[in-house]
Amino acid sequence: MSQVLDTPPPTAAAAAPAEHDLAALAARHGLSVSGARPSLPTYVRQLWARRHFIGAFSTAKLTAQYSQAKLGQVWQVMTPLLNAAVYYFIFGMLMNTSHGVEDFVPFLVTGVFVWTFTQSSIMAGTRAISGNLGLVRALHFPRAALPVSFCLQQLQQLMFSMAALVVILLAFGVPPGPSWLLAVPALVLQFVFNAGVALVMARVGSKIPDMAQLMPFLLRTWMYASGVMFSIHHMTGPDSDLPSWVGPLLQVNPAVVYIDLMRFALIDSFGGDMLPSHVWAMALGWALVAGIGGFIYFWKAEETYGRG
Amino acid sequence: MADNTPAERVPTVVVDGVDIVYRVNGTGAGRGSATAALNRILRRKKSEKASGVRRVHAVKNVSFVAYRGEAIGLIGTNGSGKSTLLKAVAGLLPVENGRIHTDGQPSLLGVNAALMNDLTGERNVYLGGLAMGMSRAQIKERYQDIVDFSGINDKGDFITLPMRTYSSGMSARLRFSIAAAKDHDVLLVDEALATGDRSFQKRSEERIRELRKHAGTVFLVSHSNKSIRDTCDRVLWLERGELRMDGPTEEVLKEYEKFTGGPDKAAKPKAAPKAAPKPAAGADSDAKAAPGTKVSA
Repeated sequence: MSQVLDTPPPTAAAAAPAEHDLAALAARHGLSVSGARPSLPTYVRQLWARRHFIGAFSTAKLTAQYSQAKLGQVWQVMTPLLNAAVYYFIFGMLMNTSHGVEDFVPFLVTGVFVWTFTQSSIMAGTRAISGNLGLVRALHFPRAALPVSFCLQQLQQLMFSMAALVVILLAFGVPPGPSWLLAVPALVLQFVFNAGVALVMARVGSKIPDMAQLMPFLLRTWMYASGVMFSIHHMTGPDSDLPSWVGPLLQVNPAVVYIDLMRFALIDSFGGDMLPSHVWAMALGWALVAGIGGFIYFWKAEETYGRG
Repeated sequence: MADNTPAERVPTVVVDGVDIVYRVNGTGAGRGSATAALNRILRRKKSEKASGVRRVHAVKNVSFVAYRGEAIGLIGTNGSGKSTLLKAVAGLLPVENGRIHTDGQPSLLGVNAALMNDLTGERNVYLGGLAMGMSRAQIKERYQDIVDFSGINDKGDFITLPMRTYSSGMSARLRFSIAAAKDHDVLLVDEALATGDRSFQKRSEERIRELRKHAGTVFLVSHSNKSIRDTCDRVLWLERGELRMDGPTEEVLKEYEKFTGGPDKAAKPKAAPKAAPKPAAGADSDAKAAPGTKVSA
């Protein structure tokens, strides 16, 4: 290609357009600029108009995932269960992290599932644009549909995990109660938070594809700081030797907020005293900040996503 | 041209001095080496060339005006920027310089990228339709037409099988049928006529003519001079990203045939690799996998 660029070809009788000022001609006939970014309210409307596509796309992705496996959709439940078993084997039996945590298995499995939801949403968001350039370059739709759709897929995936979780909870003798209903608002807030971060990462990942390589490390670090396999409450308690500022810092972590809310909702022995302070306000705050901020940040680059 | 009275002509697409540039990472000197990558990070503002980022100037300063009721053919040898220009008109690829003004939303005929091979043909009809912005009710209404038109069920109940079990011709037919199910203001067709077997080609040509009636303006990219002659009344000839000629079909095709050295390039196999492989090859490799049978995504 380079030699082509360096030597301009002889231009034959290229018929020049009759009109001198094409922009004026376009304006006179009320044409709009192709590929221009719509206003924010228009964008929201367009996205809402595509809600069926978002739903269908996420369900299709979910179904396609295991369609070649012999066990098929059974893997939707098997995968989270096996995940929980591995973590239980390592942290519960080999390392015995369970010290001081009641109902350690439900505690651990809830943590793993809720964390996986955030983790996979962000990973999927990072690749949402860069991994679907073919789609972006072929069809018109608000690009935010892609990251949102991937988060929705993860939410559906989580629903299967939650079904598995209920079985585990009952098997380990955690009694069902009205507090289980609190899981619903907690999940809604977490979904909004995830979607917001996924939107941010989708834009970053579309400009810097290397982020997809870097994210697993960042996410793993984040996971270990989020008390998925151990109790932050116990670690930062009065008798710990960590500096006093570490505790509050860890408890502002949105992943901790959402994980602990879910544990509080589902597990009896995980009482309100183990929750970070102002936990619902923080859950709502993180969701709003990430959701609205992420959406606007993503929309700002809407017209450039085809470039890749 | 059908309509030559300037007073009555309504422009639908105005392309004003458009440049399109692809940037490709990890090529050129020191391909993929660590030092080249480091250079790229440290000096990204200073020199893209030195840091291993290649700029591919795919479309150079192209201007034209398309009017309502026109069917415009885009011709040029492989890698001359035809599909790139079409994508920019559709607003899918950002331009480097210049502007493209359009009346309504031009749409590219093609849904390849939205479809999933692991899903059944039936679910793909819905997915593709939704991706094109149709409502569920609209798809339901046209579902039978789409399946009948594709002829997928002629040889048994294939529509309920995953698309990965289809032959390449069959899936190309289904893709075209889904894509052609929607009416468009400004319709952009990229080599769609080279789809499927002869009988299906005839049917799809007919369908494109039908779509043309509803659409304001049609753009057709094709390597078949015959289908350009059959469908278009004006032709733009792109060569190496530059607009080389713009005029009535016969005039331009005569020059083009002289340039390519043969009366009809349709007979020439299209299997030859593109002169300038698209930088996006990785991203739409699925679309490029079978050059002879694709409905371009």
